[in-house]
Amino acid sequence: MDVLLQLVVSGIAVGGVYALIALGFVLIYKATSVINFATGEFMMIGAYIFYSCMVYAGLPAIPAFLAVMGCAACLGFLIERLILRHMLGQPTISIVMVTIGISAIFTGLAELVWGSEFCTFPALFPRKPLVIGDIILRPNIFYGFVLASAAVLVFAGLFKYARVGLAMRATASDQTASFSMGINVKSMFTLSWAFGAIAACLGGIILGNIGSVHPSLGHLGLKIFPVVILGGLDSIGGAVVGGFIVGIVENLAGGYLDPYVDGGAKDIAPFVVLVLILLVKPYGLFGKEEIERL
Amino acid sequence: MSILSVRDLSLSFGGLKVLSDVSFDVHEGEIFAIIGPNGAGKTSILNIISGFYRPTSGQVLFDDRDITAMRPDRRAALGLGRTFQNIALYRGMSVLDNIKLGAHAHLGTGLFSSLWYWGSAHREEMELRHEVEDSVIDLLEIESIRKQPVGALAYGLQKRVELARALAMRPKILLMDEPVAGMNAEETEDMARFILDINEERNIPVVLIEHDMKMIMDISERVLVVNFGMKLAEGKPEEVQQHPDVIKAYLGEKGAGNGRAIAACG
Repeated sequence: MDVLLQLVVSGIAVGGVYALIALGFVLIYKATSVINFATGEFMMIGAYIFYSCMVYAGLPAIPAFLAVMGCAACLGFLIERLILRHMLGQPTISIVMVTIGISAIFTGLAELVWGSEFCTFPALFPRKPLVIGDIILRPNIFYGFVLASAAVLVFAGLFKYARVGLAMRATASDQTASFSMGINVKSMFTLSWAFGAIAACLGGIILGNIGSVHPSLGHLGLKIFPVVILGGLDSIGGAVVGGFIVGIVENLAGGYLDPYVDGGAKDIAPFVVLVLILLVKPYGLFGKEEIERL
Repeated sequence: MSILSVRDLSLSFGGLKVLSDVSFDVHEGEIFAIIGPNGAGKTSILNIISGFYRPTSGQVLFDDRDITAMRPDRRAALGLGRTFQNIALYRGMSVLDNIKLGAHAHLGTGLFSSLWYWGSAHREEMELRHEVEDSVIDLLEIESIRKQPVGALAYGLQKRVELARALAMRPKILLMDEPVAGMNAEETEDMARFILDINEERNIPVVLIEHDMKMIMDISERVLVVNFGMKLAEGKPEEVQQHPDVIKAYLGEKGAGNGRAIAACG
């Protein structure tokens, strides 16, 4: 029983981080209908920028954190303006290929700039493990979860209550109508890329802090696909629930199955659950019904 | 005085000529109808006026200002209200939220202004907004459905909500693309009454595309007839009805001679 509880709790903690990265994906998809396959690489770049700010520039953690947010916003802004803007109206498959191309470029650039060594952040949080009853949590996971939850709440609040969030939701819902309501649809596209990049980069910092930073950190982004598809590509609430499900399932599989199958169950389990859920609910748990399948 | 002036508008998509040299003026306070057979280019004219298409040549002047190259959202903020042939509503949102979004146009959506917009100007704006929302809801008699999600409403009501949303923008002119298409007689009458009310009470000029000839002849002050992207005739409904070219376009050569037959086509 203790083992189960331990696995579930650490699953929830990691799931919170997944939810944040998934949010980065959903924000972009919702407003622009672009499936951003470079989400994982945004994450990786965010983690590297954070690393550089702390280690090379010697910034303390909080300014480094703010610097990453600024860079992420610029990154999202530039990618939308310079690349995706020109793809408006092109077939989905072309746009998907472009984002895959961006992800390959980022991985290559990261290797060029930072090399392929594993980098580790300086210690950000106290090292003492957290003990809640019988459950022990690694501090990096616990504080990572706190940070991710705060970021998710801020994004969700912005989307729901701020005027810019309303304009973004309107744009996502009907572009023609939004144009004729005086909403600058194109700047909403740019803004959602900036927000999406910020969410992904923050998630990257947290994951990089739990493990280490490496050009292939972006592959962790693959895990975001079960998260967003489970929740529904265009649902913020879905991203959160999907994040928790994937975190918990992955931990349970790791704890109970891996000892018998020599590892690997942890990575496969979320996808098995994904297939099962899609069989029953083809649009994800909270997705809008007419959206296109991946 | 004309509030909207369209000059020598031409539009081609590749080799396909959609409009050639169409010119007309819409005067303050009038109801102006654009009619013509399917594919004549009526909706293209509206799309150029509201900024969704760029004309190949020609100009659009609104309030004596050249808006030919302006983005559609800017035009909306200037006071061009629009409803669509295929209803463009936010289907997942409630009627009230849709109407609230109409009032959005005046709040500006610059990247930063929309993030930092507080203070007394904001409060004033909000009060005005509530007032507009309420009066629009009263005018179009949609009080009973204000909380309902738009997607669940009957077609005729959706059209009415779309009109309400356009009105909440406090437009200086209203462009309506087939407001009564697919409506039954009763719904059509209601809609015609609303358009007249809006026009009279708020003194908003209306540009209207419609196939329902009876309604066009009843409510519009002037009519523009287009066919194959060209202007055939322009004038009072009864003049246009008698125009030989118009009769030919609608009924073919042999049917010429009986103006009233047009009405039957609607």
